[in-house]
Amino acid sequence: MSEGFRVAYFPGCTLKTDARDFESSALAVARALGIEVAELSRWNCCGTVYSLDAVNLMPRLASVHNLIRAEEEGFSEIMTLCSMCYNTLKQTNNLFTSKNNGLAAINDFLCLKPGYSGRVKIYHFLEFLREKIRPEQVKNLVVSPLDGVAVAPYYGCLLLRPKEIAIDDPEKPEILTPILSALGAKVIDFPLNNECCGAYQTAMHQEAVVRRTYRIINSAQSEGADMIAVSCPLCHYNLSALQGLVRSTHPGLKAMPILYFTEVMARAMGLDYRTGVRVIPQDVAAAEARLRPSPNDPGREAVK
Amino acid sequence: MKIILGNSHPQSLFAQRIEALSRQKLFACYQCGKCSSGCPMAESMDLLPNRVIREAQLNNEPALMSCRAVWFCSSCFACAVRCPKGIDIARIMEAVRTLQMMDGKSITEKPSCEDNGTLPQIALISHFRKFNM
Amino acid sequence: MTRLGVFICHCGKNIARTVDTEALREKAATLPHVVLAKDYLYLCSKPGQTMIADDIREHHLDRVLVAACSPRLHGKTFAQTAQRAGLNPYLLDMANIREQCSWVHIDGAEGTEKAFSIIKGGLGRLLYAEPLEPFQSPVTKRVLVIGGGIAGIQAALDIANSGYEVYLVEKLPSLGGHMAQLGETFPTLDCSSCILTPKMVEVSQNEHVHLLSYSEVTGIEGNIGQFQVTVRLRPRYVDETLCTGCGDCVPTCPVVVPNEFDQGLGARKAVYLPFPQAVPAVYTIDWDACLNTDKLIICENCYKNCEAGAINFLMEPQEKMFEVGAVVLATGYELMPVAHIGEYGGDGYEDVIDGLQFERMLSASGPTGGVVRRPSDGRIPQNVVFVQCSGSRDPEHGIPYCSKVCCMYTAKHALLYKHAVPDGQAYVFYIDIRAAGKGHEEFVQKVMSEERILYLRGKVSKIFKSGAKLVVWGADTLSGRQVEIEADLVVLAMAVIPSSGSQKLARTLHIASDLSGFFSEAHPKLRPLESNTDGIFLAGAAQFAKDITDTVSQATGAAGKALSLLANDFIKLEPTISGVEEGLCRGCGLCVSICPFGAVKMLPSTRTGAMVAGINPILCKGCGLCAAGCLSGAITLKGSSFKQIFAQLEEMV
Repeated sequence: MSEGFRVAYFPGCTLKTDARDFESSALAVARALGIEVAELSRWNCCGTVYSLDAVNLMPRLASVHNLIRAEEEGFSEIMTLCSMCYNTLKQTNNLFTSKNNGLAAINDFLCLKPGYSGRVKIYHFLEFLREKIRPEQVKNLVVSPLDGVAVAPYYGCLLLRPKEIAIDDPEKPEILTPILSALGAKVIDFPLNNECCGAYQTAMHQEAVVRRTYRIINSAQSEGADMIAVSCPLCHYNLSALQGLVRSTHPGLKAMPILYFTEVMARAMGLDYRTGVRVIPQDVAAAEARLRPSPNDPGREAVK
Repeated sequence: MKIILGNSHPQSLFAQRIEALSRQKLFACYQCGKCSSGCPMAESMDLLPNRVIREAQLNNEPALMSCRAVWFCSSCFACAVRCPKGIDIARIMEAVRTLQMMDGKSITEKPSCEDNGTLPQIALISHFRKFNM
Repeated sequence: MTRLGVFICHCGKNIARTVDTEALREKAATLPHVVLAKDYLYLCSKPGQTMIADDIREHHLDRVLVAACSPRLHGKTFAQTAQRAGLNPYLLDMANIREQCSWVHIDGAEGTEKAFSIIKGGLGRLLYAEPLEPFQSPVTKRVLVIGGGIAGIQAALDIANSGYEVYLVEKLPSLGGHMAQLGETFPTLDCSSCILTPKMVEVSQNEHVHLLSYSEVTGIEGNIGQFQVTVRLRPRYVDETLCTGCGDCVPTCPVVVPNEFDQGLGARKAVYLPFPQAVPAVYTIDWDACLNTDKLIICENCYKNCEAGAINFLMEPQEKMFEVGAVVLATGYELMPVAHIGEYGGDGYEDVIDGLQFERMLSASGPTGGVVRRPSDGRIPQNVVFVQCSGSRDPEHGIPYCSKVCCMYTAKHALLYKHAVPDGQAYVFYIDIRAAGKGHEEFVQKVMSEERILYLRGKVSKIFKSGAKLVVWGADTLSGRQVEIEADLVVLAMAVIPSSGSQKLARTLHIASDLSGFFSEAHPKLRPLESNTDGIFLAGAAQFAKDITDTVSQATGAAGKALSLLANDFIKLEPTISGVEEGLCRGCGLCVSICPFGAVKMLPSTRTGAMVAGINPILCKGCGLCAAGCLSGAITLKGSSFKQIFAQLEEMV
């Protein structure tokens, strides 16, 4: 990782739109921790999903473009916030470090000389926090500790699988535990925290994803969670926006606030990060407000 | 339906295409079923993931070209990390889906996104990338 | 004048299919010094051997090359043929034209050409061969048995009952091994400890057996017939000769720790007897758990309560050294820890237990008195899920092999559970049922049909806690459906792995183990009871996972192997070992550090008094490393001298 706490940052599409609070909170947290985050001056969509087709290299080009640009700007590492971007960029990059890689074919296709070296390293913000920041540093910045709030970290798939890109033990992830503990939260380790939320199936097979949403939230709730912390805008959507549909079949399920882990951090650190763009169902927002009425933020907007 | 095997029935062409597209060893699978046990989308699948591999081992092209299970895979890799033989089942699901798409088959359900304007971009883009050619 | 004979074997069609043996014979006959060349269908047959012996005598052959299979297979056969014909057996060599030639060639011309070059090389090597005489080494008529489970007990009894002395070394305070922990045994449902304890008593009372419990073998030197053994006796802090086994020391001991014998399900004190039938029936103080240290005595409760005065806090470890002629390794197995499987909760769930823990639960002398109870709350479980192949058959995360005993003991577990909790339900997840032993298949069939146990064909993907229940995610691949079970108790048939000390022991003994850590046998088919070091034999699960029946058979077999060695006063040792030309040795000592067997030492020369390398012929295994490493060419490996090797190469290339 880069010395001097300066790191190149790849935002990805959703962090500039629906998940703007994810970005703003992460940047605020990074600033407070003395980390200089430099956004790539040119970037494009990462591709969102890593193509599993072993023959056709074309679906990797979107990712490769970003890797090339990072190298052109003199960066040897890229940090991401979105789990999907992390997964897609990292898997693409791994393709070039494995034997029999497609690097030459891609450089030829793009008519690039000398072309991409394959040497840029991809990190998720959580890895960065684990390796560069001690929990005490976070603790020292906490102004309103989350005393008594039970936060269940939800990791989903993309930070943990396939195992070549895992930032933690795929079967027992706990990379968020020290951070959340430092904020004063009670960390809830629930058994479905590494289960898939249904991901992009939400666009086609919503009813299947709703079943996932129910199981995951129900598991966290029965373990005593007050809120779930996520790191992926798609998980965020599936777990929060679909709660209304879950309740049509499981009316007993209580509304569960879903926050990006950086939001949880920023709030405890008293950082102002809100952008006003949040797509959250009303009842979820209400549950969130009930959970933690913030004096600085009386009339929380809930957009739907 | 009876499976006819023998000299007059080419036994591996379709299976070989799947192996080439996925770069996975179909015959490494010993059908333990662990992929199916933990699959988050299996409730919606017409064939469980282990059965998809089994039909591929049997070179059962008709079964695989009409199977809907591959459209429900969310590429979460829960199967891949737990497979005792190190087979990346998600890649096999994608290979079968790709072969179906090459054959002109595509999703027939109406995408739920059409009446849901709140979907985040990554949902839409990954949906298009996974389910269209 | 050298008179060479060449005999070419067809080995049926094994060689003759790709090697033109007739053409080969004609060409070989033209080579220098060859006075006789013959080909034959099967040289290893009685007529074939007789022909060679007759020809040696008739044609006064002084060197013979047999072009046939690998010398590993028939080297001894033809050496004996030469001996019978009065030829020193080291002047008969073999040229391997089967494994290294006919089997790997498809093209006949190529095969024949290669066979010819192998024969030429063999003849070149043979020209410089020297007659060698085997030498003898005495056999110490005692046996060391390492491991006091059923394998070690059986081997020790068989040897002792033949009238030979046995040292039986057991790491733990009592004999018995895992068999002592089992409730009932498959497929006959014999009470395990009822059939084991008489053997434990018998072995401990046998006049020929020296039982060294709570002890470990720390060193072993020497060779077949003469192994010098060092055993470390851990201090029990209880005098074995004084302890009456009354147990008065226990009640007042203030320290409570998990009981290993109950697989952690029960508790014991720091001073303890592992189980009621323990042999020797002597208490032991677990010094790691005891409040006292080597420097400080804090608690004297046991000391005060011992009327026999057997407690001795000052006891020290002892070393015992003795010599044996043979060793039987019976170090057994253990189970892969549940913590190894993260998706089954690691070791995070109290009610996810392994097969041995369930055995303790089923045992009348176990922590629950034979009642099946959940460890977490002591309740009787109504839904029990058994998961076979937990860690087994999983080259990616666990071990690649089948642990062999799980199918059977899981069926037994399900049956015993149903007998204990008739209104309960047992589910067994399996991939394949492997019940190949006598009565095994019948047993499994009986469990399925009579106990109405639901067998589900699929490997479990995840186990997690939900409230007081455990949720098991599995599949039934036969119906093509996912299966979810809310269980009260989950029993994992964890993989059988070699016992944890076995790798260290393998290094101490200079023996090989396989990729999984089990001791390697000398030949997988024909020498399954022998290690690759002469005089060290294998018994029980230390060689591979196996059940009690197979373990006892193998132990008796290993004992038989040891006995046939002990039946000789001397053993013949191969003369193909290293020798030093003292005049060439410059005393650098490089060979001493090279030798993996400690067979080379620097000794004063008998002629000059200068320090030169000396080879211990007993320890030398003839590997040739010292000869290859010697900078001044002073060391020769007899039977494979540099002259021979270079002549062979020269002829071949």
